[in-house]
Amino acid sequence: MGLTRQSTGAGLSQGKGALDKTVPGDLIVALAGNPNTGKTTLFNSLTGLNQHTGNWPGKTVTGARGRYRYRGCGFTLVDLPGTYSLLANSPEEEVARDFICFGHPDAVVVVADATCLERNLNLALQVLEITGRVVLCVNLMDEAERKRISIDLPRLSECLGVPVVGTNARDSHGLEALKEAVLMVASGRSPFRPLVPRYSAPVERAVSLLEPSIRETLKGRINSRWVALRLLDQGPPFLEQMRRQLELEPPDLAALTARLEQSPLLAGSQQQSIWMDEIASSLVGAAEAIGRSVVSLEHREYQHFDRKLDRLLTSRLFGIPLMIALLGIVFWITIAGANYPSEALAAGFFWAEERLGAALLAAGAPAWLHGILVLGVFRTLGWVVSVMLPPMAIFFPMFTLLEDLGYLPRVAFNLDNFFKKACAHGKQALTMCMGFGCNAAGVISCRIIDSPRERLIAVLTNNFVPCNGRFPILISLALIFMVGGAGPLQTPAAAAAVLGAVVSGVLMTLAVSRCLSKTILKGLPSSFTLELPPYRKPLVGQILIRSLLDRTLFVLGRAVLVAAPAGAVIWLAANIDLGGASLLDRGAGILQPFAYLLGLDGYILMAFLLGLPANEIVIPIAIMSYMATGAMTEPATLEELRLLLVEHGWTWLTALCTMLFTLNHFPCATTLLTIYKETRSLKWTLTAFLVPTATGIVLCFTVAQAVRLLGLI
Amino acid sequence: MAQPLIPLSELPPGRRGAVRELKLQGISRRRMLDLGLIADTCVEVLLKSPAGDPTAYRIRGAVIALRSEEASKILVESLA
Repeated sequence: MGLTRQSTGAGLSQGKGALDKTVPGDLIVALAGNPNTGKTTLFNSLTGLNQHTGNWPGKTVTGARGRYRYRGCGFTLVDLPGTYSLLANSPEEEVARDFICFGHPDAVVVVADATCLERNLNLALQVLEITGRVVLCVNLMDEAERKRISIDLPRLSECLGVPVVGTNARDSHGLEALKEAVLMVASGRSPFRPLVPRYSAPVERAVSLLEPSIRETLKGRINSRWVALRLLDQGPPFLEQMRRQLELEPPDLAALTARLEQSPLLAGSQQQSIWMDEIASSLVGAAEAIGRSVVSLEHREYQHFDRKLDRLLTSRLFGIPLMIALLGIVFWITIAGANYPSEALAAGFFWAEERLGAALLAAGAPAWLHGILVLGVFRTLGWVVSVMLPPMAIFFPMFTLLEDLGYLPRVAFNLDNFFKKACAHGKQALTMCMGFGCNAAGVISCRIIDSPRERLIAVLTNNFVPCNGRFPILISLALIFMVGGAGPLQTPAAAAAVLGAVVSGVLMTLAVSRCLSKTILKGLPSSFTLELPPYRKPLVGQILIRSLLDRTLFVLGRAVLVAAPAGAVIWLAANIDLGGASLLDRGAGILQPFAYLLGLDGYILMAFLLGLPANEIVIPIAIMSYMATGAMTEPATLEELRLLLVEHGWTWLTALCTMLFTLNHFPCATTLLTIYKETRSLKWTLTAFLVPTATGIVLCFTVAQAVRLLGLI
Repeated sequence: MAQPLIPLSELPPGRRGAVRELKLQGISRRRMLDLGLIADTCVEVLLKSPAGDPTAYRIRGAVIALRSEEASKILVESLA
């Protein structure tokens, strides 16, 4: 869903700035297209990179780039965000439009979905308006064939005046022909005469009034006809927006604006709206006409199977239960399946730790260095890797599978109403689901929400759903204090604990989203459109590679980055002696009065603070402090853990408040780092830290005081 | 021919309508135009989500879900 470019490493760069970089001598090829046309799969097939693809709109927000060689020529391929048009104002459309206008691509490949050609042609026509150096790639030809849709490609090529190539990016069919066409267009040897879309007489007249002065001012830096059209349907703000790229001096800007406003025929908001309608309608109409002349459907009801499946998966009766069941299965497999590999990994790390420690001491290292490096840094690293890696390696591929099948947009469809009531976006349901796997991944996935306000809400509230790392704390505490340890009730009780945590996480997400949008993120929900793409057969091999590379290793990498220094800090805190007590004991002592108010104790609160790098190490740190072992330790059995906790004054209230605080406290360092990278704002990162923490403090305080006042304990 | 215009949100699933008027402005209007919702476009109501809103429509071969806020501002003529 979201973890894309950063993780795939070599040869890839990202960000708006990256769009300006090129390899000298390379021909630059932009890849444009509607969301969900297999654009990214095509990008991967051409460049051999594994950029993440998903069967639903809105993933590539920044342009990924890769290279390929063909007939001795180097090509730099830029994957533009998927958009329906280049006219509206979303960040994705701006990135795509700006690159086509100012990135000086030698060719633009417009990727179209063969099963939905007409709508895709709208974008193709808009690109043609900017540049004639276009290759139309009609992708997903196999799907079209299966749905008995046939497309007359030569005729399409004639209509548009550009080369048209039919492809199946999934099995690399047609790629050679595509490369050939791109080479032809990019090297300027195309025999075609590209179509220039024409409009109604009034529009054409208006364009001819504006175009000469534009051409004079811009001196051929960009297609003046296109600028004239945009001035008509977007008005002066368009010029303002493009001032930097167009290298417009203020006097030029004033002159053009004056030219526009001179004539009441051209300007004014009402007139602008009329132009917008006329221009958009003409293009849609042209796309419809071309579509009609080249597409033939043998079978009108070609979407029959999809609709039947939709009726089941989104039905009033079964839609939501089926969704919960699916999610439940995913969790169950993750938790059950991760146990064994986690233990094996932990054993491996323990073995390595002993060897490493022995070697270090044998080399004459002092005890404190051994402590910091081996018992601190290495043990924490090993811990984080062995508890995080297996669940993620299981959860992410399963999630990606659901994504590839096309099920996830249906989840957003099912749940949108709840999010609407919270003044948020239905796609937040998906970022939330992703958050169950890992909040950092959940935060990145918020890129799929295209309006900034709703995206920020999703980012700030993602932490309210418990990630994989928090389930073990919740499960063990629930088992110990709610059902009295292991026994026949263990499995159902664990399941109930997880379910309870999930439900309360979802409710908190909705409540906090609503609060945020009524306070610091005020505003009406922006317009909502959600495409429900056709169900597709997933490519299992690709899923495994992608989810492991893109998500698992990426998140793990960030976790390791923050865990290593934290390991040193934890060890130091536990071992620096300050007048007879360790730093950790002192800290816990200071926190004790406050922690007591929250139903916790100083050590638990201290463990949450020191456990900032990863929720998985909170309990080990608490145990370390209770046992005063000086290094993180794991209890052998649940019963041992129970005895240890009870010995240190735990009651069911302590457990309950710890569970509440687990669900509602600051995001882990990996997530915070990710929030900062996504929002580029310290303010929002701080907000993301404070909102759940404040919620947790209020909740725990209320519960603890109420229970004590009522004398329940 | 002169059938009354009704909001798209009131068209029941299974029915089709022809777009006659968009009462949206600004970016929302542009979004709808980009989806191909121009005058005379035929829209088929496919299904409602479990809570009754949003609703999925077939628009020019694609399946697009719209909330009632938007759909109520798209006036259509019901087709047989």
